[in-house]
Amino acid sequence: MAASAPAAARSEIAVELANVTFGYDRRPVLTGISMSILRGKVVAIMGGSGCGKTTILRLIGGQLKPQSGRVIVAGQSIPDLDREALYTLRRRFGMLFQFGALFTDMSVYENVAFALREHTDLPEELVRDLVLMKLHAVGLRGAAHLMPSELSGGMARRVALARAVALDPMLVMYDEPFAGLDPISLGVIGQMIRRLNDALGITSVVVTHDVYESLKIVDYMYFVSEGKIIAHGTAQEVRASGDAFVRQFVNGAPDGPVPFHYPASSYRSELFARA
Amino acid sequence: MLSSAVTGIADGLRRLGAASIASVAKLGYAARFGIAVFQHTPAAFGRLHLTVREIYFAGVLSLIIIAVSGMFVGMVLALQGYETLQRFGASESLGVLVALSLVRELGPVVAGLLFASRAGSAITAEIGLMKATEQLSAMEMMAVDPVARVVAPRFWGGVLSMPLLAALFSAMGIFGGYVVGVQLIGVDAGAFWSQMQAAVDLRNDILNGVIKSLVFGVAVTWIAVFEGYDAPPTAEGVSRATTRTVVTSSLAILFLDFILTALMFTGGTHQ
Repeated sequence: MAASAPAAARSEIAVELANVTFGYDRRPVLTGISMSILRGKVVAIMGGSGCGKTTILRLIGGQLKPQSGRVIVAGQSIPDLDREALYTLRRRFGMLFQFGALFTDMSVYENVAFALREHTDLPEELVRDLVLMKLHAVGLRGAAHLMPSELSGGMARRVALARAVALDPMLVMYDEPFAGLDPISLGVIGQMIRRLNDALGITSVVVTHDVYESLKIVDYMYFVSEGKIIAHGTAQEVRASGDAFVRQFVNGAPDGPVPFHYPASSYRSELFARA
Repeated sequence: MLSSAVTGIADGLRRLGAASIASVAKLGYAARFGIAVFQHTPAAFGRLHLTVREIYFAGVLSLIIIAVSGMFVGMVLALQGYETLQRFGASESLGVLVALSLVRELGPVVAGLLFASRAGSAITAEIGLMKATEQLSAMEMMAVDPVARVVAPRFWGGVLSMPLLAALFSAMGIFGGYVVGVQLIGVDAGAFWSQMQAAVDLRNDILNGVIKSLVFGVAVTWIAVFEGYDAPPTAEGVSRATTRTVVTSSLAILFLDFILTALMFTGGTHQ
């Protein structure tokens, strides 16, 4: 496994985290996270539930500020940006939330048109064309008139994907894009992430715990456990890895470096305590 | 024994202190939130259709409950008022009694309470659920401020609806009072209307009633949007926030009503 991300010219790095530490109150969530995400790549951040993966996305998006360390996106230091600069930069981001987070009071069409209407002065006919093109790309042009409550989980995720790329962003973040989907939708979303990434020249950061789906589509993977990066490498390196944690994760073994049991006192002493 | 008592008292004090600090902090946050809403007001009015939509949800959809309640309250006022007034031979003053009770007090207060439970709870639940389903986060990540896009239109929709609803409540109440007093009981219609017209003052009664309803509208909607925005993003969190909106805004209405009444109708301001 590579010791660090491939060396690259500064301009080729889309997102860089250097020694980032973050915590709520006194509870540390992330410690010493460093990663470099190259332009045009699909990069996965993998780890079990509650290991701090989503927090990394929130740090990149500027919704949270690190306690220490640097978060640099497109050459700009995110924690140092004022509100206006951050909002300007965010117009170049797209984000797919875990369950889509579609605006429930708007139709599919209006959801995709939302960012276009908020941030551009495009005439309505042009907005319409753009929205239909984005919806066509995710195969849901025919569902434009539906309300989010009428969509299946997989369809909602695809609409959210169309909405995330509505403004042709440079960076799209995916928060658990595979969670709770049937196998067909799973494959569709995976392929779409890859295809949109390559067609639009996006950089994609995928936070997930679905190792099989990710291995099919990503260029590079980071494994996070208990707030630290414990392994990283290309899909090929991950498959061949001898690292105990990576092996447990890839094979889905119930016990290993990540223990099956939540820390507890001795089983024997607890059972026979009253004897 | 003594030490455990001391520990118990110390624990109690600590909890009291923590609760006090938490409530002061929440009040401060609510105040800052209110200021942020006001700062985003021009943006909300810049896209008037958003506010108009909220006036529809908070105001228009509350019309029936307000109109029906107003009418019944007016009818009860006429029945009770007639009972008392006729003992003193003053049953012609029924119109005055009904109108002043409604315009000064019952219109703004009861309409405010109904508004809090009908529209306030809906606003809290909607914003709370938008937060729980990450819609507000999604908006932020799309570089759209949820306070400007979601909160400010709902706030102004509620604030503008409230005085109109209170006015409708009073009008329907007076109509209900007329139906019972004049049509059913048989009070003279001329006396009913003319005494009302002579006794109800535009500035002292009607304007003060409108000011009250405007203040209640600000209080209820502010509490509703804040509780929704501050709700923990879980099912339980949203349900608790909705309950808190109704309880807090009802208490706020009754408390503010006392303060406003004391300021408006005492000290000889009304001759």
